[in-house]
Amino acid sequence: MSAIKDFTLTCPLPITDYPTVTLAHGGGGKLMHQLIEKMILPAFKSPLLETRHDGAVFSLGGARLAFTTDSYVVNPLFFPGGDIGSLAINGTVNDLSMCGARPMYLSCGFILEEGLPMETLWAVVQSLKQAAEVAGVQLVTGDTKVVDRGKGDGIFINTAGVGLIEHDLTIAPASVKAGDVVLLSGDVGRHGIAIMAMRQGLEFESKIESDCAPLNLAVQALMDGKVGVHCLRDLTRGGLGTTLIEIAEATGLQILIDELKIPVRDDVAGACEVLGFDPLYLANEGRMIVFVPENEAAKALELLRGSPNTAGAVEIGRVTGERGGLVKMKSRIGTTRIIDMLSGEQLPRIC
Amino acid sequence: MKYSSEYRDAHAAQGYAHEIRRTTRHPWTIMEICGGQTHAIVKFGLDELLPKEIELVHGPGCPVCVTPLELIDKAVQIAERKNVIFCSFGDMLRVPGSEVDLFGIKARGGDVRILYSPLDALKIAKENPTKEVVFFAVGFETTAPAHAMAVYQAKQQGIKNFSVLVSHVLVPPAMEAILGSETNRVQGFLAAGHVCAIMGYDEYIPIAAKYKVPIVVTGFEPLDILQGIAMCVAQLEEGRHVVENQYTRAVTEGGNHPAQHYIKEVFTVVNRKWRGIGEIGMSGLGLRPEYAEFDAELRFDVSGYTAEESPLCISGLIMQGQKKPHECSAFGKQCTPEKPLGAPMVSNEGACAAYYRYRRAELAAGAALTSAGAKGEV
Repeated sequence: MSAIKDFTLTCPLPITDYPTVTLAHGGGGKLMHQLIEKMILPAFKSPLLETRHDGAVFSLGGARLAFTTDSYVVNPLFFPGGDIGSLAINGTVNDLSMCGARPMYLSCGFILEEGLPMETLWAVVQSLKQAAEVAGVQLVTGDTKVVDRGKGDGIFINTAGVGLIEHDLTIAPASVKAGDVVLLSGDVGRHGIAIMAMRQGLEFESKIESDCAPLNLAVQALMDGKVGVHCLRDLTRGGLGTTLIEIAEATGLQILIDELKIPVRDDVAGACEVLGFDPLYLANEGRMIVFVPENEAAKALELLRGSPNTAGAVEIGRVTGERGGLVKMKSRIGTTRIIDMLSGEQLPRIC
Repeated sequence: MKYSSEYRDAHAAQGYAHEIRRTTRHPWTIMEICGGQTHAIVKFGLDELLPKEIELVHGPGCPVCVTPLELIDKAVQIAERKNVIFCSFGDMLRVPGSEVDLFGIKARGGDVRILYSPLDALKIAKENPTKEVVFFAVGFETTAPAHAMAVYQAKQQGIKNFSVLVSHVLVPPAMEAILGSETNRVQGFLAAGHVCAIMGYDEYIPIAAKYKVPIVVTGFEPLDILQGIAMCVAQLEEGRHVVENQYTRAVTEGGNHPAQHYIKEVFTVVNRKWRGIGEIGMSGLGLRPEYAEFDAELRFDVSGYTAEESPLCISGLIMQGQKKPHECSAFGKQCTPEKPLGAPMVSNEGACAAYYRYRRAELAAGAALTSAGAKGEV
């Protein structure tokens, strides 16, 4: 009894605002960051974890490696432009790529719900296979568990991956410097709207497909081209806005972006107007931002534009010399405002 | 994008800003009614373009913000029942009740769903005949027709397991409450374009005359708002006080007659409590007796419940234009979007959320912060 009492004294529950986990804790916004900062980081104290990068980078047996893991829960399982299988490969491939690594080997763990049609599973497995081939990675180990009907949402997938780092760059927020140019690899927001449209049964004039794609070839092109990349970060749940804020906060520097330079397809912009969403916070699954020194920006852009999944790359802003860890945006009418992190997922508005 | 990018043109915005600077001779306080306008102003930094004489204050037109605490509690009480599917627009889910918000109920296992249309709730009711399906009918005149239509169709189709928790409010009585207050500072209004798209603007004509205030029906894009301000300032400088329509591409004087027909069919004007402001006579809509069977308050027996709001939250003063969000002692401290004391910190349209999201860092940096501040807000 006293042992339990001592335990409560030394280990108070680190997050007391919410007695239960809410969806917003997984939304990629502030609540998720609080969860990581207050519960996960202190519990597993590790300098590698503290870097809060997309993967851990370390040396092993003389080789520099990147290691990452991600779990995939998406409803619907199949959506325009992708499915949970392609997502599970590309997400992990991209996390390794963001460490500047060449993705090599992936694991795949399935949690299947009793009653899942075998045909659905087969379609997902085929998609995993195809996405792995496209990205040039091998699926080398895995696991399968089945849970009772009603205890899962069809399929949950976890993939982990190992990649090889073949250069001496430290690709991390800590390397970002004042004056760096911020490149964005293509238009934003399509994945978020594609999923939302499927979920809500919304129809648009044109079909909006997810941007789900592997980014390793584009990163490899930058590495092969000897571009002195300072930082890479793929845009996932929290969108471009949240990702930029993460980098700004990690570096303590200000980032200034230009709204007019951020590519948003017309149909995505239209859907955002209807739903009351800001494309800056929409999910993406095949987009990244690249921080490079000013004198290498043109070369980096050219290399990105020559790679199939980053052909729409553009320069969207700069890291300024100012301190404060903020992201500011020059609006299309010429004023400047702060880009803030959302609490959780964006909620459709009333009117 | 068609029909929006042309209303966000930098060159045209500068043109209107120049026009406003040229016209302005005296200090004026103008209130934008709608929370959507507030967010556009803060998001696009429109007040940065205005001369120091023009102060914008933020009105009560955020449905999430003015829904009283006790109604959120009632929603929570209904949503946590076992056989209920509780449907709502998305931004109501994070509004704090006395103890928990609707997201919290969802986390505890309640069936709380985000919908885009109340008619979808009717569909859910048909698909789940053994469940009670409740729609949280919140909003101003803008959302009233859709709610009315859902209730009307439920009656026509004999759908018994559908009901609505109504918290409908009306703009004109709120304007009169603001103008009638001894501490009123508002000298001109930008009326809410979407509300007027439904209701027209003839009901504002007596208000403009009685209180001698210009009222300009205004849209939501940056150029709409700047043009609305320019029209309002011109009236103020010329000593005129009439209703003008900036938002002609959506609003006519008489409004949308079929929509008004269904509102009148289903709803009747009732007294309503406004969060932070209190009860305003004949300021909202309630179901007509003929539709009482669809009233969730009666069906779930929660109509007698009342709740006390946090004394720290000054949302009522903010929504009457008497205080700015950052003048609240709880702003950014006890009250943040993650842990809101009041609804204006939660909603997409809430003034406090707008300030927190777009202005927090500048406010912390100690820019000029007085309410009657020299230049806009910051």
